[in-house]
Amino acid sequence: MNDKQEVTFTVNGEKVSVDVVPRELLVHTLRERLNLTGTHIGCDSSHCGACTVDFNGRSVKACTVLTVQAQDAHIVTVEGLAGPSGLHPVQEGFQQEHGLQCGFCTPGMLMRAYRFLQENPNPTEDQVRTGMAGNLCRCTGYQNIVKAVQYAANKLSARSV
Amino acid sequence: MIPPSFSYRAPATVSEALALLNESDGEAKVLAGGHSLLPMMKFRFAEPALLIDIGRIPELKGIRQVGNRIHIGAMTTENELLESALLKEKCPLLPEVVRWIADPQVRNRGTIGGDIAHGDPANDHPATMRALEAEFVLKSADGERVVAADDFYLGTYYTLLEANELLTEIRVPVLPPGTGYAYKKLKRKTGDFAIAAACVVLSLTGDKCERIAITLTNVGPTPLRAETAEKLLTGKAIDDQLVEQAAQLAMEICDPAEDLRGDKEYKIHMAGEMTRRAIREAIDRARGRK
Ligand SMILES: Cc1cc2nc3c(=O)[nH]c(=O)nc-3n(C[C@H](O)[C@H](O)[C@H](O)COP(=O)(O)OP(=O)(O)OC[C@H]3O[C@@H](n4cnc5c(N)ncnc54)[C@H](O)[C@@H]3O)c2cc1C
Ligand code: FES
Ligand code: FES
Repeated sequence: MNDKQEVTFTVNGEKVSVDVVPRELLVHTLRERLNLTGTHIGCDSSHCGACTVDFNGRSVKACTVLTVQAQDAHIVTVEGLAGPSGLHPVQEGFQQEHGLQCGFCTPGMLMRAYRFLQENPNPTEDQVRTGMAGNLCRCTGYQNIVKAVQYAANKLSARSV
Repeated sequence: MIPPSFSYRAPATVSEALALLNESDGEAKVLAGGHSLLPMMKFRFAEPALLIDIGRIPELKGIRQVGNRIHIGAMTTENELLESALLKEKCPLLPEVVRWIADPQVRNRGTIGGDIAHGDPANDHPATMRALEAEFVLKSADGERVVAADDFYLGTYYTLLEANELLTEIRVPVLPPGTGYAYKKLKRKTGDFAIAAACVVLSLTGDKCERIAITLTNVGPTPLRAETAEKLLTGKAIDDQLVEQAAQLAMEICDPAEDLRGDKEYKIHMAGEMTRRAIREAIDRARGRK
């Protein structure tokens, strides 16, 4: 029952292998084995979105995925956003528009925004709000988070023209 | 919070999964999207010795039309239902309901099969499935049976599914042009379960209601079907007074559990209001007004 299994997946472009018991949650593997502590644990019960990561091109809550389910998966965490040329446009948006106060929800917000803007590159304000609806913030009142995502949308679409 | 210990297997085919279920003698649970099961395991409401992950079985995915039905693989995720052009055109009630379920991240993991098989009266698919008169394909090592959604729900977390059975496919009708439909859900906030919700599917001949199904979410131990309200409206030209009488009949069958979403009286009233709104919107749609 407590037999460890080897699980291999890709995180931020790097292939990793971990030995885990089946009950280990992906968020714990990321934080405690791979030292990727940017992914936060807020509610631990799939409500707050602080643990959001990109999983095979979809946003998921890593507190509600078993590491054994990640065999062969491609995962991106907040540590994978910034490139050699600096911050990712979603990160820049949160900086420019003051999209955070305490910052606890921010990694999850960034990872959801990163995927949401690929699903919908030119969202209306309403679409930003429904697209980000799986992420809770106790500080900002969301207004600046919406602006940050819109900033990133403009920046990304200017880039692709 | 970490779930209790369990063994884990991820079969590649339905027959392997069925063999594992058979061997496990009721000690195993099927793991689909995990977004009801893993939270329940964290809270120790479920402590299976073995999880059989059916997420790596390609046969359980996909949405296709077969005659006048649409067959949906049990492991199809909520967001895949939302993105389906086929459903949007042929059974638009389903994507409309999915929009009310949870949030984008949960919809990327949660599956239609899991939502149906869980047997939680708070889930949104069960009442929808009853209103659509859907069918479920249940397989075991001994064979397969096709059951009606109308007969599937026996109690809270209690369905026709036997411990050795897997729900493999959900079959919903292609809705003929002119079908009216609506799902009205009252919830406190994004991602919350319904305080009460009503689903209506109807067809009109001229002004008369030819067929109508009215079902309710989260106001009883199972999804409820308001049969007396359906009978009242069938064959009649539905006016405001009949809508009101139907809502009263729907309220009579409600027996919701009191919780943080409200007391019984409030929930029953909201079920009535959702019923009124759903009937009106379904009629508008049947008449092509919406
Ligand atoms: C924050 C949050 C909000 C939510 N809001 C809503 C909502 O508004 N509306 C709503 O309807 N749901 C909601 N849900 C529940 C969500 O939709 C779940 O995903 C769904 O109820 C279960 O589907 P799953 O694929 O995750 O199944 P799992 O959690 O993996 O399984 C659920 C149960 O069904 C069994 N099972 C699963 N698939 C099969 C199968 N093919 N054959 C036999 N047994 C099977 C499992 O053994 C288990 O007992 C919410 C969940 C969360 C975390
Ligand atoms: S910690 Fe995962 S959703 Fe809150
Ligand atoms: S900035 Fe504090 S929770 Fe969002």
